[in-house]
Amino acid sequence: MKRGISYTAAFMTLLQRDLRIAIRHRGDIFNPLLFFILVVTLFPLGIGPEPQVLTRVAPGIIWVAALLASMLSLERLFKADFSDGTLEQMLLSPQPLSLLVLAKVLAHWILTGVPLILVAPLLAVLLHLDSNSYGALMATLALGTPVLSLLGAIGVALTVGLRKGGVLLSLLILPLYIPVLIFATSAIDAAGLNLAYDGQLAILAAMLVGSLILAPFAIGASLRVSTN
Amino acid sequence: MWKWLHSYADPERAYKLSGTLLPWFSILAILLVGTGSIWGLLFAPTDYQQGDSYRIIFIHVPAASMSMAAYMGMAVASFIGLVWQIKSADWAAAAIAPIGAVITFIALLTGAAWGKPMWGTWWVWDARLTSELVLLFLYLGVISLYASFEDKVLAARAAGILAIVGVINIPIIKYSVDWWSSLHQPSTIKITEKSTMSTDMLYPLLINIFGFGMMIGAITLIRYRAEILARNGMRPWVRELAKAEEAK
Repeated sequence: MKRGISYTAAFMTLLQRDLRIAIRHRGDIFNPLLFFILVVTLFPLGIGPEPQVLTRVAPGIIWVAALLASMLSLERLFKADFSDGTLEQMLLSPQPLSLLVLAKVLAHWILTGVPLILVAPLLAVLLHLDSNSYGALMATLALGTPVLSLLGAIGVALTVGLRKGGVLLSLLILPLYIPVLIFATSAIDAAGLNLAYDGQLAILAAMLVGSLILAPFAIGASLRVSTN
Repeated sequence: MWKWLHSYADPERAYKLSGTLLPWFSILAILLVGTGSIWGLLFAPTDYQQGDSYRIIFIHVPAASMSMAAYMGMAVASFIGLVWQIKSADWAAAAIAPIGAVITFIALLTGAAWGKPMWGTWWVWDARLTSELVLLFLYLGVISLYASFEDKVLAARAAGILAIVGVINIPIIKYSVDWWSSLHQPSTIKITEKSTMSTDMLYPLLINIFGFGMMIGAITLIRYRAEILARNGMRPWVRELAKAEEAK
């Protein structure tokens, strides 16, 4: 049976399309990033500017802000495609849905996760993060933010058909984010104390591999439910 | 065997079967919870370290283990509903969710009440406690996702996917006390080896665990029957049932 274009071509086409759309609406890239920076700046104002206190809480603040920023940006992942019918075309296409979904999630991560990783060291300087912890911060963000995009996409796919999905989305996916948060911050804390943190990184990497394999199927199944 | 099982997917037969099972579950639940609680709270020996405050174990442990068992039950029902498209299984999952949420809340509450005299604090951000709290959030997520769809067939599928994804949390709760050094004590009941608990305390605890299981089964059956009636309100057999009820 002729299946039209190859899997690789389909994947790349969708990836490029999503990136191109985002580059033409630059606000979609910058708004979550600005939100991330603003949330982080609120903390020193709220808890006081003492460097010792900030050093202690910096990993948690950066990671919680990253979680919220990722959730905020996720809402738009399938929204436009759902309302203009592109999503249904994707479901009908001969290529496996999980592959197409993976392309969309990868595009989302490139647009929101990567800028977040790039701007994180700057915020770490502002929060007086331990100089030992920078490597751990970057490594946990690099391993953790794709997991956030993958897990979050399940929640978005489940709620995309609902009119008031926003609040529900946070209830659905924040509990799933908790393990990532725990291991990421404990790795950064360990690095700050000059302890080995490769164990936490290994668990984060395992989460990434696991969600990379399983989440696309869950996202695909959820999209089929949502579009009915 | 599949043919035999499939006949129970029919709502009417499922309704009747749950009706016949309900009294058994209820009687067993009352007997077991009654015996276990009275034995545990009044007659079991006092703990030499914790005094009488350990007695909340007879509520806390059954509630906590049933919170996980109920989640697994819900996830298995959702899985059956998703894979074999059996609607009765979806209704069962919808029936279990609120019960599981309540029992999880009871486990957290009794745990806090036990933690205050023993650890000197109501709550610690400990692996066991945090993962149990996540379980509560997962239940609430499933319930609110189910409630937010107008079309209950879609609602059950969406909530089912979330329930299955959330199963990942169950082994984390179970093994959290072994994987992390935790303030929560490791499990005292072991299936394969000798339990680290004196038998006068163990038996009422085991009775209560089974009793809680039966109780959850009974409440689930009540909710399940209501769910079946609500989803089949237009079917002739439900109407006849309503007529017969009215005539009484």
